[in-house]
Amino acid sequence: MPVWLELILRVLVVVGAFLTLPLIVGQAEHKVMAHMQGRLGPMYAGAFHGWAQLVADGVKFVQKEDITPRAADRQVFRLAPVVALLPYLAVLLVIPLGPHGLVAQPLDVGLFFVLAVVGIGVIAVLMAAWSSANKYSLLGGLRAAAQLLGYELPFVLSAASVAMAAGTLSLSGIVEAWRPWWLLWQLPAMLIFFIAGLAEIRRPPFDMPIADSELVFGYLTEYTGLRFAFFLLAEYVGIVVIAALTTVLFLGGWKGPFDDQVGWLWTLLKMFAVAFVVIWLRVAYPRLREDQLQRLCWLVLVPLALLQLVLTAAVKVAL
Amino acid sequence: MELPGKGLVKGLAVTLGTLTQRTGTQQYPDVEPDLPPRTRGVIALIEENCTVCMLCARECPDWCIYIDSHKEEVVVPGAARARQRNVLDRFAIDFSLCMYCGICIEVCPFDALHWTPEFEYAEHDIRDLLHEKDRLEEWVATVPAPPAHDHRGEPAKEQTAAAKRSGQSAV
Repeated sequence: MPVWLELILRVLVVVGAFLTLPLIVGQAEHKVMAHMQGRLGPMYAGAFHGWAQLVADGVKFVQKEDITPRAADRQVFRLAPVVALLPYLAVLLVIPLGPHGLVAQPLDVGLFFVLAVVGIGVIAVLMAAWSSANKYSLLGGLRAAAQLLGYELPFVLSAASVAMAAGTLSLSGIVEAWRPWWLLWQLPAMLIFFIAGLAEIRRPPFDMPIADSELVFGYLTEYTGLRFAFFLLAEYVGIVVIAALTTVLFLGGWKGPFDDQVGWLWTLLKMFAVAFVVIWLRVAYPRLREDQLQRLCWLVLVPLALLQLVLTAAVKVAL
Repeated sequence: MELPGKGLVKGLAVTLGTLTQRTGTQQYPDVEPDLPPRTRGVIALIEENCTVCMLCARECPDWCIYIDSHKEEVVVPGAARARQRNVLDRFAIDFSLCMYCGICIEVCPFDALHWTPEFEYAEHDIRDLLHEKDRLEEWVATVPAPPAHDHRGEPAKEQTAAAKRSGQSAV
């Protein structure tokens, strides 16, 4: 196969995953959340249990008027949804799906790249918040900035722990080095990474920046139509990315019975299991207050992450 | 002392438990609701039973029953005088006023009024909720059969009376 054809094929597959996986997660969220609340959820769109609900939503969003407030900073306002969405696409490029290089773009510094690119989300939120010229947006944006910068620290520290354990920054390398007993060894890191990841993608119970019951809709208040849909899509892709990263870093990625043949299936299965937990937490827990949010980050997660680093180093030296 | 994090686990357990149970949602327009036999949906009128005694109109707490009638002479062959009979001209219930107390049905001595479980008679114009005689007649077809007697309950008065007269004990 010529190089250019392979390249196009890989990119197409990633774009395909980028367009389908978030929709599956979104539909799962609709249905799981509904049933956890004793409802049925969407039942009409697509005739069978509302499977086409998100497609219908997308069609609706396209039809809506694209409004930019008069006082808004037009260019920044219009660019923000794209900045929110694109980093996640770049992250999906380097996430390994299966063994033997089943990854769109193997990268030696994969983990570093992923952490750096996920951090761009902060900028998108700040752009949206500041350019909207709306006090609720601004309040939401400032909360988001405080939250995202704070949680970046435990996020990176716990990822560093697993990188230290594996002795590599390559995501495929981490999966290859992973052993089942790491589940225990890296358990605190996994929990910290998952919680900090939830906060990074601003999912409930960490949705203080959006907080629809007090801030209208936070930094999304002024957005309509397709741009709003982009932000929503970014949230679902965020779930996919955090689930995929948790899977790859802490749950052994494609490791499982018959992983030579169906390794990719293991990755997807674990990913959806983690995504289910993300949805589950949203249904079960109320939103954290701003001070509780910061307290959890600085007084619990960061010290625990540092302790985990010490533990990882100790075990690594002892082995 | 309570275990830390117990509440968190409990929250997760509750949502997971609800997930595994059947939902209470009724798919109403697609699936007809399963209504109990004594549901108070709408009131049906059997015109032949009505003697224009006006009890229902008088007992109605919000005066939503309108009755018009006139008297007719009925010549009975062999009788000394012609008899008089009430003829119902108009019988209307305004369901925009009705509070579904059911007193009219309780009070009717001749069983001319009945509850039926039909409830799909919403209108765009409130004036259309005034159901005239013919509309009230249409509901008669939907009157459910009276619920069976409780087989361990007391026998009906008629039953006991009949049993006494024939000298047997009531069943």
